Amino acid sequence: MGKSVLLIEDEPNIIEAISFILSRDGWAVATHSNGHDAVDVVQARQPDLIILDVMLPGKSGYDILRELRDLAGTRDLPVLMLTARGQVKDREMAERAGVSRFMTKPFSNAEVLAAVRDLVPR
Amino acid sequence: MARDTLTGSRIRERRVMAGMRQAELAREVGISASYLNLIEHNRRRIGGKLLVDIAQVLDVEPSLLSEGAEAALIATLREAAADSAATSQELDRIDEFAGRFPGWAALIGEQHRRLGSLERTAATLTDRLTHDPHLATSMHEMLTIVTAIRSTAGILADTREIEPEWRNRFHRNLNEDSQRLAESSQQLVAYLDGAGDAGASLTLPLEEVEAMMAAHKFRFDALEGAPDAALRAFVEAQPELTSSASRDLAETVLRQLRHDAGLLPLSDMRAALAGKEADPIRLARETGAPLTAVFRRLAVLSDELLPAPLGLVMCDGSGTLMLRKPIEGFPLPRFSAACPKWPLFQALARPMRPLCQRVTVTGRDARQFECYAVTEAVGPLEVNMDPLYHSYMLIVPVAGAEGGAREVGSTCRVCPSRECAGRREPSLLAKGI
Repeated sequence: MGKSVLLIEDEPNIIEAISFILSRDGWAVATHSNGHDAVDVVQARQPDLIILDVMLPGKSGYDILRELRDLAGTRDLPVLMLTARGQVKDREMAERAGVSRFMTKPFSNAEVLAAVRDLVPR
Repeated sequence: MARDTLTGSRIRERRVMAGMRQAELAREVGISASYLNLIEHNRRRIGGKLLVDIAQVLDVEPSLLSEGAEAALIATLREAAADSAATSQELDRIDEFAGRFPGWAALIGEQHRRLGSLERTAATLTDRLTHDPHLATSMHEMLTIVTAIRSTAGILADTREIEPEWRNRFHRNLNEDSQRLAESSQQLVAYLDGAGDAGASLTLPLEEVEAMMAAHKFRFDALEGAPDAALRAFVEAQPELTSSASRDLAETVLRQLRHDAGLLPLSDMRAALAGKEADPIRLARETGAPLTAVFRRLAVLSDELLPAPLGLVMCDGSGTLMLRKPIEGFPLPRFSAACPKWPLFQALARPMRPLCQRVTVTGRDARQFECYAVTEAVGPLEVNMDPLYHSYMLIVPVAGAEGGAREVGSTCRVCPSRECAGRREPSLLAKGI
């Protein structure tokens, strides 16, 4: 089994597309679609990488990321953050929260794949 | 006051711009400083050789001192010069320029106003793009759909072998997303179309509220005791209020004024002010009403009940001006920060303790104003939380006063005051600052 990715995103068709691409590339993909209990799901699944949307129902991606960075088990977990807001201040906010890579929508499949491979070498 | 009686004021203004002391100019033209002081306060007529001598020392045409130029036009030209450092060398010739070329001067003034309007439009549009929650949500929605479409289309285009079940699913997703994108686009266009014309939607809510207040001369007697529904209907009917933000702000202001009127009815105010000076401290003491309510009530009723209208200005704890009732001779800046020496801002440092200061505005016609200011807490009290504050300043003109007033400015760019510790930016009116 390949390394695992947890995709936390609430847009069903983006979930399907990214899941398809990563699965074809050999990644074990799990998905979750709300921010409320996202931290619990990450701790339970212990993925090798998280793809995290910013705008999620229940809790923002920034808040989730901050909580993860405060936990010993996820402090160094690679996190690829996806957002429709690409302003400098959004990028700075993500960096302050501890993001590993920041990607603005709309991105290409190749960009997502390259970022994932870069963050978790196999 | 007729323009030809303001020769002294123009001499004073020119002297201050030239950085000369009163005694210095008096000595140069061979008169006493006290006599020049009387002239500058328009208490002695001046003409003939003395006027020519003073004009010569101040390096201006005598006619510019005796006749001046159209004040509003000169003020506009000064503002226009504020945006262009290239003209700073000839600021001392604005009167001459306006006098000799009134048509060109008016054109420059009009273009400056137009430029200011366009800049505000750009700022408002930028603000809308950045902060409008509806627009932000719409853009987020559209970008999310575009991302899904791009990703799905990429899979269909780039994946050589794809199971029929997946292919069909992605085709269905594409169809769904394209429909959602079309709907979102239409909704966004409808929203932008519905935002109204430029004049209606691109002014600040505060400006629209002020325009509405001015249109009613700050009097809303018919709303005294009116139910909320009637107040709301009144707000909805005002043509100056073109956005929900301005209508909400207007409703808040009018509720405040209605409450003030309940505390201080017109008949009581009329009786309290009959034959007496506008002393808000006395009124607050006699009526038991909060001082800020007295300020507001005096300002809105002053046009009818007092010999001269009173001005009012209010700011929040950040110093942002939120309410203005203009008064002649005490300019209240619209788009730049006001003078930090105003009692309004000093009151912020000492909440609930009113202060009263006699001030005169630098570079103006030496009129004096009694400024009463007080800061009050707003919102509910909370444990271990500092309150938010609103500060009010009532501006009362003082007739015939001279000397002893503290000088304050309007805003740094048009203030000639030298050696001011509160200066934020250079002045256009005094070289070397």
